[in-house]
Amino acid sequence: MSQITKSEPKEALFSKKNVKILKDPLNESNPVTVQVLGICSSLAITVKLEPAIVMGFSVLVVMACANLITSLLRNLIPNRIRIIVQLVIVAALVILVDQVLKAYVYDVSKQLSVFVGLIITNCILMGRIEAFALANTPWKAFLDGIGNGVAYAAVLIIVAFVRELFGSGQLFGIQVIPDSWYLDNGGWYSNNGLMLLPPMALIVLAVLIWVQRAKFRQLIEN
Amino acid sequence: MELVNLFIRSIFIENMIFAFFLGMCSYLAVSKTVKTAMGLGIAVTFTLLVTVPVNYLVDTKLLQPGALVWLDPSLAGYDLSFLSFIIFIAVVAAIVQLLEMIIERFSPSLYNALGIFLPLIAVNCSILGAALFVQERAYKTLSEATVFAAGSGVGWALAIVALAAIRERLKYSHIPAPLRGLGITFIITGLMGMAFMSFMGIKI
Repeated sequence: MSQITKSEPKEALFSKKNVKILKDPLNESNPVTVQVLGICSSLAITVKLEPAIVMGFSVLVVMACANLITSLLRNLIPNRIRIIVQLVIVAALVILVDQVLKAYVYDVSKQLSVFVGLIITNCILMGRIEAFALANTPWKAFLDGIGNGVAYAAVLIIVAFVRELFGSGQLFGIQVIPDSWYLDNGGWYSNNGLMLLPPMALIVLAVLIWVQRAKFRQLIEN
Repeated sequence: MELVNLFIRSIFIENMIFAFFLGMCSYLAVSKTVKTAMGLGIAVTFTLLVTVPVNYLVDTKLLQPGALVWLDPSLAGYDLSFLSFIIFIAVVAAIVQLLEMIIERFSPSLYNALGIFLPLIAVNCSILGAALFVQERAYKTLSEATVFAAGSGVGWALAIVALAAIRERLKYSHIPAPLRGLGITFIITGLMGMAFMSFMGIKI
């Protein structure tokens, strides 16, 4: 592997190839909607926007750092025990994130409960480390981590936006649908309570996938 | 009676998949046929039954604030709970490895049935999730933690087998092309989740 890295020509930090690594996860190879990774720990915290953003950002940080560290160590890790090494790297980073969240945004950290810990077993992390960081240079792995983290956060935020807006008529806990519209106040509108229940997260995500695949038709499965 | 209640609740109402979306990755990937789904379901239940009690003991005897008192009264001031993530995942990974070796030694037929799934289970969110839920909800006794693990495992297995059964028949239906595969699977899971919500409020 070291020979391959040596023979590579020097390229600019933001060359075309690197920008592609950064941008691809946002459309055609989105980790959540196309590669089906990381759904485990994501949907349960999308009832409101605030925890979704905190969660998305935490995963972004863990992912970029984990990719960078694994890529730096990639020639030192023995192949047989690589899974354990990866888990330890990720777990150490998640402990750091958890402590920071507890110190600065305690309320959100309480809402996220076990799901911060579950970032460790988030398939996106292991998937990207296995598939990308182990075979690429640190800078590329870092960009890949950022790209996938942003794509993951984007999906969380879209789902949380829809669920909070239609489920409780709020965004970031601030009422956006005018009070006078509600039935109680003589209006015609009422919140869709179903949006607050877990099954709707899946259905909102399914619609998102539908829209994406209608746009990028090469993704359609047979 | 309390334990029966907990068992029923963790199967139906607080189902790992429908209420918390834990273990979704393997749930989606390995639900194409009923037979493999059953194999994975049994493997997950088995692993949960072993790892959750062990993690419970590790948590109460080593990690919680003041948990080290049983070693020496002077250790009462230590709080190692910040280490729980890394210790839990290490315990899970080690036990999965151990289980794999034991099963291979004593029951080759079971090993062949579960073989490919066992290593995958170490990174199944529902295993670590159950250990973290036990810590978060502060279950008081070892038997409570074990019953919770059994219920979660059975619930997870039930969900994956049910989904596999539906997906086997899915090829006969006309689905809009962009929704085929992943999209329709999410919608089915959502509808199944809604059906499971009707169990809410059941008490024995």
